[in-house]
Amino acid sequence: MTTLKASTGPQFARIMSVGSATPSRVVPNDYFLEFIDSSDEWITQRTGIKERRWIAEDESITTLCLAAARSAIERAGISVDQIDAVILSTISHYHQTPALAPQLATELGIPDAAAFDISAACAGFSYGLAQAESMVRSGQARHVLLIAGETISEITDVTDRGTAFLFGDGAGAAIVGPSETNGIGPVVWGSDGSQAGAIWQTVSWQDAVTGGTWPSLGMDGRAVFKWATSFIAQAAKKCLDEAGITPDELDVFIPHQANDRITDTLLRYLKLPEKVVVARTIRHLGNNSAATIPMAMDALLTSGEAKSGQTALIIGFGAGLVYAGQVITLP
Amino acid sequence: MATTEEIRAQLAELVNDVAGVPVEDVQLDKSFVDDLDVDSLAMVEILVGCEEKFGVAIPDEESKNLKTVGDAVAYIEAHS
Repeated sequence: MTTLKASTGPQFARIMSVGSATPSRVVPNDYFLEFIDSSDEWITQRTGIKERRWIAEDESITTLCLAAARSAIERAGISVDQIDAVILSTISHYHQTPALAPQLATELGIPDAAAFDISAACAGFSYGLAQAESMVRSGQARHVLLIAGETISEITDVTDRGTAFLFGDGAGAAIVGPSETNGIGPVVWGSDGSQAGAIWQTVSWQDAVTGGTWPSLGMDGRAVFKWATSFIAQAAKKCLDEAGITPDELDVFIPHQANDRITDTLLRYLKLPEKVVVARTIRHLGNNSAATIPMAMDALLTSGEAKSGQTALIIGFGAGLVYAGQVITLP
Repeated sequence: MATTEEIRAQLAELVNDVAGVPVEDVQLDKSFVDDLDVDSLAMVEILVGCEEKFGVAIPDEESKNLKTVGDAVAYIEAHS
């Protein structure tokens, strides 16, 4: 039998940099009171959200992703020809084919990169990170540009009292590359298709065409809240266990920003020490789906609340249902 | 088997933990929503906590009937 050569790579990978982009249009809670029977106080109390950012007319999923990616590439200090793969995680590219990642790669000047989109909703960054890490460590890519971008405002039903005010637009990006020490712990991930109806696109594209109804993002808030505060809490603990660290060794916690109250519950369950810095970007950015975690990571590093080299737990969870989390070393 | 008072006391700790309600206020005749000011999200958390603490399953359709502390305690007694 003919012997085939296998690709081999470095033993470890790490996140070398992170960048993000937020759209310019600030949308306060009061905006929704025209469409739903609610109040600023009710929305804040139930979700933690005070305001979110939505794309303006001259902004799009593409402009956000490019801005976040350019920032990540510059901060990593590598040239574009050292990037062998581009992964885009999004559920907001409303054009089934071709994928958006190849166009982003070309626009960024990255020559001949493997490029593809993935759909893992709010778990998208951690799903993509697991793939990027594997690609680097197996030698299939020297560096991977991982982008997570969303413009959920385009499928937000402002008259839906359960979801109208939850989502914000934005993008985050990271360069994943080789490392002498391990910077990305084992991924803890999974899915539960029996709960496909917990968060869903209300109308399929086919029905949208025949029925003339633009789809929106629907959610069974109660089911998601229950899942996030029980199952996901256990999964977050497992991320620490798999990485071989105790809560005391953690510096930063960046859970998906679905709801401040979910974050509170995760903190209680994990019994994290007071010193742990906790992401709360939902208050000003809303839930940015896949883009949430890199946007929050960048915000904490930029503000100085978190520092390069610190140990962080990230975990995303959302439509699928799907979830994924890792312990990482901050870039 | 735990007594009614033991279940109430454990439930009171849970309600205190989740919603910050003083444990002495969590009495059998109190309504979670009207008397203890527990909102819908906190209620979900309390019921999830009950499932773990008392080893009972509380389906969504059942949870809607658990309006008072006494309702919850009776449900736990009947199903644990």
